[in-house]
Amino acid sequence: MHSDAFAVSVCLWGEPVMLDLRQYNCLGEALRAALERWPEEICLIEADRDREKTRLTYRQFKEAALPVARALQDSGFRCGSRASIIMTNQSKWLISAYAVFFCGGVLVPLDYKLSPGEQLALLAHSKSDLLIVEYHLWQAITSSPELPALSVRTALITEAPAKADLAGAKRWEEFRGTDEPSFVLRKRSDPACIVYSSGTTGRPKGCVLTHENYLEQCMALTSLYPFWPGVRYLSILPTNHAIDFMVGFIGPFVCGATVVHLRTLRPDYIRDAFVRYKITYMTLVPAILKALEQNLHGRFAQLPAGRRKILNALITLNRALTRSRPRVRLSRTLLKQVHAAFGGELRTLFVGGAFTEPATLQFFYDLGIPVANAYGCTEAGTAITVNDLRPFRADTVGKPLAGVEVKILNPGPDEIGHVVVRSKTVMSHYLDDPEMTAETIVGGWLMTGDLGRIDAAGHLQLFGRVKNMVVTEEGKNVYPEEIEATFEGLPVKEGCVFAANYIWPAREMTGEQLVLVLHRVSGKPMDPDLVTEISLRNRKLLNYKRVSGYVVWDEDFPRTASLKIKRMELAAKLREKLARDAVVPL
Amino acid sequence: MARYVLMKTIEQTTDEILELAATHFQVPREQLNASDDFFGKLGINSLQALDLLTRLEQHFQIELPDYELQGVSDFRTLAERIQSRL
Repeated sequence: MHSDAFAVSVCLWGEPVMLDLRQYNCLGEALRAALERWPEEICLIEADRDREKTRLTYRQFKEAALPVARALQDSGFRCGSRASIIMTNQSKWLISAYAVFFCGGVLVPLDYKLSPGEQLALLAHSKSDLLIVEYHLWQAITSSPELPALSVRTALITEAPAKADLAGAKRWEEFRGTDEPSFVLRKRSDPACIVYSSGTTGRPKGCVLTHENYLEQCMALTSLYPFWPGVRYLSILPTNHAIDFMVGFIGPFVCGATVVHLRTLRPDYIRDAFVRYKITYMTLVPAILKALEQNLHGRFAQLPAGRRKILNALITLNRALTRSRPRVRLSRTLLKQVHAAFGGELRTLFVGGAFTEPATLQFFYDLGIPVANAYGCTEAGTAITVNDLRPFRADTVGKPLAGVEVKILNPGPDEIGHVVVRSKTVMSHYLDDPEMTAETIVGGWLMTGDLGRIDAAGHLQLFGRVKNMVVTEEGKNVYPEEIEATFEGLPVKEGCVFAANYIWPAREMTGEQLVLVLHRVSGKPMDPDLVTEISLRNRKLLNYKRVSGYVVWDEDFPRTASLKIKRMELAAKLREKLARDAVVPL
Repeated sequence: MARYVLMKTIEQTTDEILELAATHFQVPREQLNASDDFFGKLGINSLQALDLLTRLEQHFQIELPDYELQGVSDFRTLAERIQSRL
């Protein structure tokens, strides 16, 4: 058990105490203070599947990061310079990030799952000066045809084999300076990170998040779900994404807790890690939660009938006893074996990024594993609402975090309308895109593009999207405009892609689909060869980017003076004349 | 004395992958081709693809880091990644 009296009082009496980050001007300062405050506590454990590779104390983390910061400064990296990181979750990610913040830089965390072409486009869009990237990703970039677009001044490659040709880049492990680096203090209003909230072709959405956005978010989240030295957070969601950056890096670090990295997403190793490291918290996307649920169902089904009956009775009892709030210690006693499988120290699982079935949330809660469903978006600095589990609700995404105002615009008679947010955690703007920024932040309120209502208990419930977008169960945002390039050059007059729910609102969170709208060349019927070609191109797309079917619309698409399609208007016309069954499945 | 090591050809490797995928996801073997997109053909998501990777590791007795699936969506390319580790 931990011996920190402050933390004990937070846990025992349940009254959350807000971590006071108001004294800090920037992330670098808050992180630096943490490194000084808890030198001997473990900050990072890095495992490769079931093999532990590194374990670092806060002091060791500092000793690893400062020479990198010095080398950055020696190479001309200045206050405000932009550094991009493209790497799977590992200690080098966080060490590099801290070194960047130490130097007053702006971090541009990119998604390692993007294609090399997409990564190069974002590197250029963000005007990144420096790139820190894993060897196999660098190989993919340097062998891609879009390589000439590489615009960074310096590239640092991690874990490159001894004889590898790095195409002019430097080895991260050798990039070190010897003198003390100079700490660069930033203002709260300065940008800390540029986080891209979608894909890349067409119009990249680079959310500029300030130090204040992050510090405020950190205070609000940790007041609900505190971290302290000894807490172990299992970080499997990518750190470039808003969720893990906060809950798997900044949050634990400023509280002296431990982050565990597993360089795999395989459920078997995740389960091992729970037990090996006695995990306290983890965040999941619904897809992974469902995989864990299926595994548990499988194991329960294998129990002899008698034991199954006892288990069911204990689950029912646990459910009754935790109706008003979680009672983790009690649940662990009642359902010892289930909890042992999760390491015995798990307090909460957080889930977000996409819709989660209430039945799945309830399944875990009844086992005494509280799952807190949350909702947010990068533009809002991560979390807008989080369930506080007092009591547990499987059918909502929780109440607004402290300091966050949520309103429903233009509610219908069912009280459902557009969810808008005002908070110190809302981003500053979209990088180099005042037009899109003006459409998204209106009168100080963030237009989330989601539909919802707030119930009598103050909980937000979501009912689909206002915006033209779909989200997969792995939490991936898919913007229809990005898919259109795939269908360019077809023998049609015009074409575009929509989220089907944008044309025919369904007031549902499931069954989201993309649909291709085609304006045929006049007089020509739908050519079977054309359909074949569309199918072929469709199949070349990643599964979650495919269109489910096409719709014929033989009228000119409404366009702006600059010939951009007026999507809202076109969707309204389609909705007026056609029903959803007009979609021909592919 | 010369030592001879029996190496699998890429065709053999591809074939074994198709066989294993068919069994693991209960899809008829005849329906799968080397150039098929496995997400679409097997009806799986990226997590289930990792399951397939684990199964392939057990069969080929090699380790395949998660990132070997990066940018790969057809059986043939997956076979090439595996072949380079054999």
